Amino acid sequence: MDQILGNISLLFEFPIVNLKIVLDGIMIGALFALSAYGLALVWGVMNVKNLAQGDFVISGGYVSWWLVQHGFPALLGVPVAFVVMWGIGWVIYKLVISRVIERDLFTSLLATFGLAIMMAQILNLMFGSDTQSVDLGYETLHFADGLIDVPIAKLIGVLMATTLAACVIIFMKSSRMGQAIRATAQDSRAARVMGIDTEKVYAFTFSLNSAICGAAGAIIVMVWLVQPFYGISYSIRAFVIVTAAGLGNLPGVIAAGLGIGALEQYGAHIFGIGYQQAVAVMLLLLVLLIRLIQQRRNRQVLK
Amino acid sequence: MKKLSVLSAVLAAFTLLFSQGAIAACGEIHLGSAISLTGKYATNGIHAKNGYEYGIQKIKDAGGVMVDGKCYNFKVTYYDDESKGDRGATLAERLISQDKVQFMLGPYSSGMTKAIAPVTEKYKIPMVEAEGASRSLFNKGYKYLFAVLSTSEQYLASAVTLAAEMAEKQGKKASSVKVAIAVENDPFSLDIRAGVSEDAARLGMKVVIDEKLPRDLSDMSAILTKVKLLKPDLLIVSGHSKGAATAVRQIDEQNIKVPMIAITHCEAADVTGKFGDAANDILCSTQWAETLAYKDPLFGSASEYEMGFKKAFTEYKDKKVPYQTAQATAAVYVYKDAFERAGSMDKDKVRDALSATDLMTFYGGIRFSAAGNNIAKPMVLRQIQDGKYNVVAPSAFASHKLNWPRK
Repeated sequence: MDQILGNISLLFEFPIVNLKIVLDGIMIGALFALSAYGLALVWGVMNVKNLAQGDFVISGGYVSWWLVQHGFPALLGVPVAFVVMWGIGWVIYKLVISRVIERDLFTSLLATFGLAIMMAQILNLMFGSDTQSVDLGYETLHFADGLIDVPIAKLIGVLMATTLAACVIIFMKSSRMGQAIRATAQDSRAARVMGIDTEKVYAFTFSLNSAICGAAGAIIVMVWLVQPFYGISYSIRAFVIVTAAGLGNLPGVIAAGLGIGALEQYGAHIFGIGYQQAVAVMLLLLVLLIRLIQQRRNRQVLK
Repeated sequence: MKKLSVLSAVLAAFTLLFSQGAIAACGEIHLGSAISLTGKYATNGIHAKNGYEYGIQKIKDAGGVMVDGKCYNFKVTYYDDESKGDRGATLAERLISQDKVQFMLGPYSSGMTKAIAPVTEKYKIPMVEAEGASRSLFNKGYKYLFAVLSTSEQYLASAVTLAAEMAEKQGKKASSVKVAIAVENDPFSLDIRAGVSEDAARLGMKVVIDEKLPRDLSDMSAILTKVKLLKPDLLIVSGHSKGAATAVRQIDEQNIKVPMIAITHCEAADVTGKFGDAANDILCSTQWAETLAYKDPLFGSASEYEMGFKKAFTEYKDKKVPYQTAQATAAVYVYKDAFERAGSMDKDKVRDALSATDLMTFYGGIRFSAAGNNIAKPMVLRQIQDGKYNVVAPSAFASHKLNWPRK
């Protein structure tokens, strides 16, 4: 308790630390938002709740790490991970997801849960259980007496995440495929009637999600680190964000992503870093509770 | 054709004669070990087995173990425990009750040792182990378990002593040192934390940060920000390879200036290879290093041990001989010494001789506490200096001077 109070008083004693915490949180949150957006896409379009979301992220990280081990420049990792994970996502869609898409909630949850375990184990067998990371070797910018530090690598990462998000948004808004995806999300049967090949849309959506996650993972490996069994922590955050923001609410996803990033950092600062993820899970509970109360108010019954 | 077969028959007879001659010259002491040759501990299990075998060969070359005026050689029956605790316990049972093994060598890892120790204890079979460091092995009242390595709470405790030494050199009191601790929430790291905070409390130091790292750590900037604000003199981080990698990377990114930083698992995380200069002046703990000034009459100095081992096991030619191997060899050496002092093959006499061990080896001093852990060997601290691991503590055996404060 003393430590918690001490930590809170530090925040008031050095107000600039608040800015640092928020900045750190936003930089992490940007990557959470990216994978959460992919989840929302798959969830909204094909009603599959992908528990392997985080493992796609980690796989993308390993793609990039592998490239660097073989002498390729680190920044190339992001586009390559995007492409490779697109392919892997497509294969997984054809093998697994296409079979569970019309089934009930539990089938898809079980299937993707199994997928998550498989992917983590395969990564473990291929690359070993040690943590891996890629060092870009860039400088770090320091502000405010060195209390705020922004590694250029992180800045590049966030910039890439933003670019990717912008591209995806433009694509969804203006391309033909984007329109088809949105149409399928709204009403797949109507879309089919209108001549949209929904099977193709599903495969595309799932591959796109996998690719976005892969790119996020490639950024994560440059800034933090990856380990075969880290997927679950990214999955949890993606679920928290999507639950909080709701499906099809892109600004909401981004805001929730950044917000959770910042709140986690505050949680880590005040309660200790061991509780960083507990903060995310607490938020999920809170959001669910609020949603429940909201729904109760709106619940209508035919008389 | 006929000539050839006659020749080979003669040759075979000769080899038989010779090998029988060797057996006749020396008796055999039968040891047993269930060790991980496959599974997740396989790499280190094989390091340990090679260490055992090298020790046995070296003792054989030097004339064997002299027990009551007669010479003996060690022979080990190995079983593969597949890195699984229940398998290890079953195999220990089998070694003792079927193969009639009276003396055991330890397995690899604390967990496997924990699984086997109750079995050896039940049959009152002495076990000298070299690879189980958890201090929970030594508070169960085991009478037949002896460990040559330092227990895990000592891993970074020597950094506290070192920080106190440096403070006193600066004309300050040891109690003025502020300590920050960030360890993972697992048994091994919590042992380390216990050792550090006990020593810090004994010296009257103040622990300003005391946090537990999560299992899936990838960001510790929250702790490092506090480090920046509270300015400790010593930062302790233990969280396996993810802890080491995250710490080294973010300490550099956030430009953390702590005079002394000590972490575990530097090599597992390959911090020098991955982060280059960012890892400089960080202290890393190890059980043993080949540059230490320890020596004994059989294996010579630590560096002679390394050279000899590399000659015998050529697959280690291009890498460092891991400490897991050195301590395994030391375990065999402890057995030799105990048998010779006991002057008997009786397992209880050998046990008593083991508990009275007071031996200097290439691996360090070996003397067992009543609980069976080695209290004569301190943990070694190496500092990363220009990308190389140089021994800086304990100062009496160190090869290099400590860079302090860390830049």
